[in-house]
Amino acid sequence: MKKLVQLFMAIVIVSAALLAIISSLNSSEGYSGGNTLTIYNWGDYIDEELLSQFEEQTGIKVIYATFDSNEAMLTKIKQGGTTYDVAVPSEYTIDQMRKEHLLIPLDHSKLPNMKYIDERFMDLPFDPENKYSIPYFWGTVGIVYNTSMLDGKRITSWADLWDEDLSNQILLIDGAREVMGMGLNSLSYSLNDTNEAHLQEAKEKLDTLTPNIKAIVGDESKMLLANEEAAVGLAWSGDASEIMYENENLDYVVPKEGSNLWFDNMVIPKTAKNVEAAHQFINFMLDPKVAAQNTEYVSYSTPNKEALKYLPEEIVKDERFYPSPALTEKLEVYENLGKQNLARYNELFLEFKMHRK
Amino acid sequence: MRENLSPGSKLLLVVIFLILYAPIFYLIFYSFNSGGNMTNFEGFTLDWYRELFHDTRLLIIVLNTLVIALLSALISTIIGVIGALVIRDLRSRQAKNTILSLNNVLIVSPDVIIGASFLILFTMAGIKLGFYSVLLSHIAFSIPIVVLMVLPKLQEMSPTLIDAARDLGASRFDVLRKVILPYITPGIFAGFFMALTYSLDDFAVTFFVTGNGFSTLSVEIYSLARQGISLNINALSALLFVFTLVLVIVYYFITQRNKPSGMGGKR
Amino acid sequence: MQNKFTRNLFFIPYALWIALFVIAPLLLILYYSFFDIEGNFSLINYQKFFTPVYLKMTLSSFWYAFLITLISLLVAYPTAYLLTKTKHKQLWLLLIIVPSWINLLLKAYAFIGIFGTYGVANSFLEVIGIGTQQILFTDFSFIFVSVYIFIPFMILPIFNALDELNPALVYAAKDLGASSWVTFRRVIFPLTIDGVKSGCQVVFIPALSLFMLTRLIAGNRVITLGTAIEQHFLVTQDWGMGSTIAVFLVIIMFLIMLVTGKRKRGV
Repeated sequence: MKKLVQLFMAIVIVSAALLAIISSLNSSEGYSGGNTLTIYNWGDYIDEELLSQFEEQTGIKVIYATFDSNEAMLTKIKQGGTTYDVAVPSEYTIDQMRKEHLLIPLDHSKLPNMKYIDERFMDLPFDPENKYSIPYFWGTVGIVYNTSMLDGKRITSWADLWDEDLSNQILLIDGAREVMGMGLNSLSYSLNDTNEAHLQEAKEKLDTLTPNIKAIVGDESKMLLANEEAAVGLAWSGDASEIMYENENLDYVVPKEGSNLWFDNMVIPKTAKNVEAAHQFINFMLDPKVAAQNTEYVSYSTPNKEALKYLPEEIVKDERFYPSPALTEKLEVYENLGKQNLARYNELFLEFKMHRK
Repeated sequence: MRENLSPGSKLLLVVIFLILYAPIFYLIFYSFNSGGNMTNFEGFTLDWYRELFHDTRLLIIVLNTLVIALLSALISTIIGVIGALVIRDLRSRQAKNTILSLNNVLIVSPDVIIGASFLILFTMAGIKLGFYSVLLSHIAFSIPIVVLMVLPKLQEMSPTLIDAARDLGASRFDVLRKVILPYITPGIFAGFFMALTYSLDDFAVTFFVTGNGFSTLSVEIYSLARQGISLNINALSALLFVFTLVLVIVYYFITQRNKPSGMGGKR
Repeated sequence: MQNKFTRNLFFIPYALWIALFVIAPLLLILYYSFFDIEGNFSLINYQKFFTPVYLKMTLSSFWYAFLITLISLLVAYPTAYLLTKTKHKQLWLLLIIVPSWINLLLKAYAFIGIFGTYGVANSFLEVIGIGTQQILFTDFSFIFVSVYIFIPFMILPIFNALDELNPALVYAAKDLGASSWVTFRRVIFPLTIDGVKSGCQVVFIPALSLFMLTRLIAGNRVITLGTAIEQHFLVTQDWGMGSTIAVFLVIIMFLIMLVTGKRKRGV
């Protein structure tokens, strides 16, 4: 009993001490102060130095929180109980949030730097006239492959993945839309297709790819490809540019049958408390120099046309990550297919995953 | 039992410990890697550790994690012991099994469901998400494991011990304090440490019920996965690990010192 | 009379916990399971569960959970036994638990590094002549890592049970001529069975809903009920279907508790 009481007391004391430290740290950082801005973003998706810059410029304290998937973020915001001022969802989620009235319209008069964004990326179907969102980063979905592991063979299309030589060499992403989209594109269907017969066809086509698939993984696929665990992988362009920097044998291609064009945009959720600061922050991130610095850190493709002037030529001219308008025309943005269809995609994907045994 | 272990047995234990600690050493090893990833060791550097000390945000997160873990383990242990006592005292087998099953529901349930359902409950009750919601949730999902660790010891305990104590005039409270609790102390400790583990490791539940800047280490790490885990996390884990190890060893030897010798300290 | 009142008061925290954090979420989940994705009341989720896809998944989850539990038991029991014979057994026990406090994702990443094509394990295999094997993304690595994660949970209750064992019983058995194996089978094991049961419950049931490891280590070659639930709750936003699978998980858990529950009265 004595031992228990001792332990109990020890813990209470330690906890109290820790709490005291935390609260003093919080107030020294200004977290418990008044004018704060709460940002909800993907992990490691911003140069934190810019947050300090913003704080100095405006005197607003930034609270930074992260999430790892659109759906998780959506669930949090939808449920209420949170007060995120700025969030950075992907385009299909923005579409959904818009329709479910989870966003506050942007006051464009407070966002003069909006003009620096490439017009190609504005006024897209998922957010007409950019009432609710401004592009943050964008990219494509494509194939990363290791030229040395494939003996110099080049991959240019989805169809190439079905090549028998690639047995047990492919890593797929654990995403229903990406994989089903790949299946649909390889059959020349749209990746927003909702026709049941087409979906079945795509799923069956994917089943035939099974012998070539090594694993279906998540974000760790970057690490795996860089470490040459597999020769080929489905990947987002931003990830591809990162690992290509680490491993020179890697190359990235957007398959010629077509693929996905994605966007991560900044929005103001309806639970925001400091809408004024939110606008200031968004405008700050749209400043070309700021955007350029962010791009260098995150190494994804920036939609900020003016920022391109501040980036090294070799990055900007790289068609793999800054495809020409001609190429981007052929790519499709994910549409919000509605719950039923999304469920269907996920069901088929689940069946496909189980088919592998 | 102080038989000496045969060399074969010692070898087995060594192997087990090696395997147990292998990933940890791996992580610590690469925390010194100037290469920035966990595959090619390029050069030795202390940069990652230096980076840690400048990252106040991460520091706060670590402290948050520790406080939540300690407090939730403490409170859930207390409630869990109460629960075990409740279950033991139940007369009907039906009731016992029902309560036990209810007890285990949270262990069965996937974290996502616990997280989502707690989130709904908290928002329905109007509780703001943050420190308290996380603390309550951690307490909630740790209680079952404490019960499961304490109950077997309670059940093993011979009722004659209690009868003897009451015969000698002990009040109910005395019986609890001087007979039952000391007997089940190993179970209580086991429960406490398991609760600590559950709390430190939890991601899904915490993610769902936290809000507005309150974050724990797990949530932070999982969010980093998309971009790739930078090695300052390795450095952080290495430090925490070494710290914990030292704490554990020091704590053990202190308590050993306090044990009266020859009074049944060892069996 | 007074005693009963204070005694009931004493039990309130636990009862409260059960009501708020177990029964309420359970009801919530049950409630959701009757709604389809559009929000209409329907039994379609239950229909879907009885299709080959989900039944196969359930069987597969069971199989893997069973394997993981069995292997954990086989490794944990001897380890726990040997631990009770060491000089500083409490210390070693704590040292077994400490690695489990390092974040799961980090350990998984470490294992990816260790089991990778160019990792330590394969280097070792090269040295002893077997040559590089595909270790990652196989059943082997998945079960290995899962057992690794669950081992402390299995060791702890078994250790406690073994520690309490009266050595006199073992000596008596040996005196009467029983071999080591018979002593184990007839004396040691039956007396520690409560600990074994606790351990199995704490391993088997969560193993059914593993989903992080199925992706990180098994590359989604293994699909458990947890995978499906996570998908439904997060990606598809079909809380109805997710809840339905959860309902079945809970039912399974109740059944297992029934089957392995105490059959004889306490000692």
